[in-house]
Amino acid sequence: MSRYRLSDEDLKYAVEFRANPLGTPSPGLQRVLNLLRGGPKKGKYVLIVKEPFRRWNLGRMPESRGEPIEIISEIEYTDLAEAEWDVFKRRWKESTGQDLEQELA
Amino acid sequence: MTRILAYTDRISVAPGGSVQVKVSCDGLDHYHARLIRVIQGDVNPSGPGYREEVVDLDLGGPIPGRFQPIHAGSYGIVEGAPPLDMGKSFSMQALIWPTLPGCGPQTILSYEDPNSCAGFRLYMDAAGALAFQVTELQGNSDSISTGSPLFAQRWYLVTGEFDADSRTLTVFQVPQISTPKVQDRHKNSKVSTIGTFEAGSDAVIMIAAHSGCERPALEHFNGRIEAPKIFTRLLDEYEKVNPGTAEDRELIAAWDFSVGISTDRIIDASENQLNGLLVNLPARGVTGHFWNGDEHCWKNNFDHYAAIHFHDDDLYDCEWETDIEVKLPDSLKSGVYAVHLQSGSEEYYTPFAVRPPRGTRSAPVAFILPSASYMAYANNRIGIDVPETEIVTGRLVQMNPIDLFMQTHPEIGLSFYDVHNDGSGVYYSSRLRPIVQMQPRQIGHLGGVGSNLWQFNADTHILGWLDQLEQPFDVITDEDLENEGGQVLEGYKAVITGTHPEYYSVGMLDGLQSYLNAGGRLMYLGGNGFYWRVSFHPTLPGVIECRKSEDGIRVYPPPPGEFYASFTGEYTGLWRRNGRAPNELVGIGMVSQGFDCSSPYILTEASRDPRVSFIFEGVEGPVVGDYGLSGGGAAGLELDATNHAWGTPPNTLVLATSERHSDLYLMTPEDMDDPAPGLGGSEAEIIRAEMVFFETPKGGAVFSTGSIAWCGSLSHADYNNDIARITGNVLQRFLDPTPFPVM
Ligand SMILES: [Fe+2]
Repeated sequence: MSRYRLSDEDLKYAVEFRANPLGTPSPGLQRVLNLLRGGPKKGKYVLIVKEPFRRWNLGRMPESRGEPIEIISEIEYTDLAEAEWDVFKRRWKESTGQDLEQELA
Repeated sequence: MTRILAYTDRISVAPGGSVQVKVSCDGLDHYHARLIRVIQGDVNPSGPGYREEVVDLDLGGPIPGRFQPIHAGSYGIVEGAPPLDMGKSFSMQALIWPTLPGCGPQTILSYEDPNSCAGFRLYMDAAGALAFQVTELQGNSDSISTGSPLFAQRWYLVTGEFDADSRTLTVFQVPQISTPKVQDRHKNSKVSTIGTFEAGSDAVIMIAAHSGCERPALEHFNGRIEAPKIFTRLLDEYEKVNPGTAEDRELIAAWDFSVGISTDRIIDASENQLNGLLVNLPARGVTGHFWNGDEHCWKNNFDHYAAIHFHDDDLYDCEWETDIEVKLPDSLKSGVYAVHLQSGSEEYYTPFAVRPPRGTRSAPVAFILPSASYMAYANNRIGIDVPETEIVTGRLVQMNPIDLFMQTHPEIGLSFYDVHNDGSGVYYSSRLRPIVQMQPRQIGHLGGVGSNLWQFNADTHILGWLDQLEQPFDVITDEDLENEGGQVLEGYKAVITGTHPEYYSVGMLDGLQSYLNAGGRLMYLGGNGFYWRVSFHPTLPGVIECRKSEDGIRVYPPPPGEFYASFTGEYTGLWRRNGRAPNELVGIGMVSQGFDCSSPYILTEASRDPRVSFIFEGVEGPVVGDYGLSGGGAAGLELDATNHAWGTPPNTLVLATSERHSDLYLMTPEDMDDPAPGLGGSEAEIIRAEMVFFETPKGGAVFSTGSIAWCGSLSHADYNNDIARITGNVLQRFLDPTPFPVM
């Protein structure tokens, strides 16, 4: 679990991530990702495979073994980069309260 | 995809033999079954394409579907107990070390008629306090609790008794260490509202569970139980406070778990000899109440290892009925096969090897199907239980239907990558249960950007490559190597490993070493191989033990005093901690892992050595393998490199090395003696795969790639690429009987 906290200094890393969500991150972006991707199991965003290599729903993990994974069927992706950016924005908002699209506009 | 589940009784069968397929259907009337040969299991549209070959063999059907349950949870069962009633006083006693008190009622010791459920039991109630219950024939029951919850990971002497004179029930819990401000020593008594019961001639005694009327066992205990006893008398105060002091008078049974630690039997030391059976393999060879650190091996002081650790999620053998018996044609060629079961869109593959008949070979090449490693990873919950999987793979975790299924069906059992519900480590893993990840078409979590395959399905990249080469090969499983040793490999011109043969028993290692000693040629086409020591059970089929002692990459450390395998008494852990580092066998050993992107290799100066010119015929270099289905490169996922200190032979040539990895690649803990900054793949020099070659004394040789991702590159550009060329060149030379020069 990361103790790092996001600040406006990190917006440049959000720009880096948006440009290439599947690329090799710079050390600064890696630190941001360690925080955003490093949360506990409960509520963690995951992708639910609808069609392998082609279509995914957003999902969220439950806390314990035996409980079903929540499938958010109204949110669908056909591109993994798009999915990564969408989840990045959701987590950024949950962490800072900031709407990244507005911040970066 | 998960409404049909199945497993086979065997993982390796010769032509003419038969395989029993055990199937469970969830709400499906009928299904169809066929035998297929697995050729290429990768369904990635950018890959070589899924391929299987149907064997012309009628398996009957359509076959009616039926549901077969999985009852997880371990316990001991003793049949033929003498009748008891409430005409005479009786008592039950045990030492316990609970791990999940307060998580539902959990039975310590029960004596019940399984038909009527009449009887009595000593247990922890839902709040985690010691309780004692009597149930009469009509189902009415009365119970008493201390009302004082037990603490987890603390030894207690617990007693429950019925006094026939005063008609009272009493419970008494005595912590073995008294702790200021902790009030967990409690006694409670009451007059019983139940006058009598007759748990007659059919009564069974259960340890760590009680007999349910609908299922074999209920309300499993989590934690350790030691020296459970039943008396037909009351115990005095001294006997109730001091473990091991109860005199052997009027004893019905006194089980001594320090006897037969390697077995699934429990022995009653009383005259009645009420010996019993353990179901679902609870952990043995674990420290008990008397363990004090003086002795670390259970074989040297049984008294200190007189406890058994029970878990409500232990699972050994589902014990399903057989639905299909597949009689294999005598002419069936060796290979990896599967029975494919299908009903509409629901399907399941249950794979096994068809090996050549014992003592024969049907091809010049043997592929060792790493079935012990498949068992080690069987139904691993890395994708669903471990939140760090996203951070170590560097991308969102994708949940496939098998993951959704495993999340809601934990009863399917655990792997060496999981912990039990009580947080303790998993010591045993079996294949006598559906292994949903061991199927063609399945996608994993650690296989890197691209196809993301792991273990069984990743190994089909090798099967597909051999098939397109039209290279005849035999398949030998780890279990064959364990059972028959080096003999099973004798005479093969070349032996090929899987992508990740991580788990090896001493028998398997000896077998492979003796093949090499005799001049054999080995192609190690993977990474993190020959890493953990495992033990097969001497008599129980289909199960291995692994305790990850000392260090190594692991999800849990076994606690102190538990570094010896209960199955065999072997010291466990890394092979390099057991004096047989993989570097001695294959020149290289594990140095790093990372699960995002893989890298290319760069050929070294040594690749131009005339000793290895055959390997690089048609290869330009210096960069090779900057493509592939397992992370986009040939060097990735788990990496091995040379280390002369760990036994890399001095004649080893390092032919190529990967130079750059992402910072998600990290050093192994066993190499991190003194942590310092710069441990990631972009900085730490140790993090690299090394492709090596060396000759062995009798004209044999070893070629190792040092990367799990290697075989994901074989099919690139329709198998027309440097990785396929290098691998094929090695295979061709290894098939040539001309000895490799010794001088
Ligand atoms: Fe592994």
